[in-house]
Amino acid sequence: MAAMEVRLPVARKLVGQDLARGSGRDLVAPGDTITTDTGYMRGHGTYMGEEKLVASVAGAVERVNKLICVKALKTRYNGEVGDIVVGRITEVQQKRWKVETNSRLDSVLLLSSMNLPGGELRRRSAEDELAMRDYLQEGDLISAEVQSVFSDGAVSLHTRSLKYGKLGQGVLVQVSPSLVKRQKTHFHDLPCGASVILGNNGFIWIYPTPEQKDEEAGGFITNLEPVSLGDREVISRLRNCIMALVTQKLMLYDTSILYCYEASLSHQIKDILKPEVMEEIVLETRQRLLELEG
Amino acid sequence: MRGSRSKALHDRALVNCQYSMATFSTGERKRRPHGDRKSSEMTLHLKQTFEAAILTQLYPRSQIDIYVQILQADGGNYCACVNAATLAVIDAGIPMQDYVCASSAGFVEDTALADLNYVEEAAGGPQVALALLPKSDQIALLEMNARLHEDHLECVLDAATAACRAVHAVLDQVVRDHVREVATLLGE
Repeated sequence: MAAMEVRLPVARKLVGQDLARGSGRDLVAPGDTITTDTGYMRGHGTYMGEEKLVASVAGAVERVNKLICVKALKTRYNGEVGDIVVGRITEVQQKRWKVETNSRLDSVLLLSSMNLPGGELRRRSAEDELAMRDYLQEGDLISAEVQSVFSDGAVSLHTRSLKYGKLGQGVLVQVSPSLVKRQKTHFHDLPCGASVILGNNGFIWIYPTPEQKDEEAGGFITNLEPVSLGDREVISRLRNCIMALVTQKLMLYDTSILYCYEASLSHQIKDILKPEVMEEIVLETRQRLLELEG
Repeated sequence: MRGSRSKALHDRALVNCQYSMATFSTGERKRRPHGDRKSSEMTLHLKQTFEAAILTQLYPRSQIDIYVQILQADGGNYCACVNAATLAVIDAGIPMQDYVCASSAGFVEDTALADLNYVEEAAGGPQVALALLPKSDQIALLEMNARLHEDHLECVLDAATAACRAVHAVLDQVVRDHVREVATLLGE
């Protein structure tokens, strides 16, 4: 019989306890008074209580001129126009799909704000409405861009580009939106042989790099060919690396993921999830990123 | 919004609580089907407490779920639930007026006792549960399960308040340490 590995729970080490002395940022907890000066404007994460500005979430205080906000460490996704998101269809309605995007309210994808399969450009007819479930049905994953944000914070999406559309085979990782770094592009073909979509909403899609790019017209044909073992191993390793980066609270972007992937190569894929291995590879990643910055 | 959409409130978020006890949480093993009287009462109390503290008006037409389960009932179930849920709500980044800290208090032989354990609760004396917003000194919930002479109420409440403040100090320290750690790691 194979020997089984046994691990005992130990107290978690607090990281960065001594580093924190240097950082001059104001950290507050709910109920803390930020200022008694009435000349400031109330931003997110604060409220007015008896002539003073009080924090309502735990996090870092941010000041922009007269505006004071508190940014919580972990929140749901707040949509912004132009963001790339990955979402899951939860409901098919008249002329629209409801999409779960980790925001407070369900997002919508209107039938009129997507490309028809085949790239036809015309007004959407009643037949299109009836065929909506053929395009996207409940449980499908899509990548999309935020078209507009309603007054109540709900998000309207569009997929009017060949980049966006239905997602085929791959792995979804859900992380906190605050860990995804905002960048010029959120679609990356990593040199290790897989591609990732880093959704601004904290949904990350890892998939095998498609062979030909222009093939997917409108993005509603999903490739159901078996994925090779090598590709699947790369995808699993990337997934575990992302989990490691998230546990150690390192921002996610192409370079950090790639460095972490390279640091993990000396370990077996399943071992990456062990706390001490996570710590080791993320430390190495951090080091390399610091060297890169110079 | 999950479940029936008719429950959604157009001007604020709905706070949805669920309290349950594991079968093995008490000395004798007992199946507790959903909706027994004690659990539904506790559920209601939790809901009232958190509706008072969470700034629900910021998120119309949404829902906040708070699910708690007692794994070991050693007394002060309500208070433990409130304190745990407060930390969970803060961790989730949901805006609150202040922490909600809770403590129970009792009165035995002319002495006020704070934070009763299971034996003290089972003894059957008067018992008070207090949920406090410590910074603003507001009471989110106050419940008493037996008769207590008016003259003694003040000292019992004082004991409960002091215990709530002690809990607040502990929770605040934990939150601050966590925020500092994460902020450093994320640091720009």
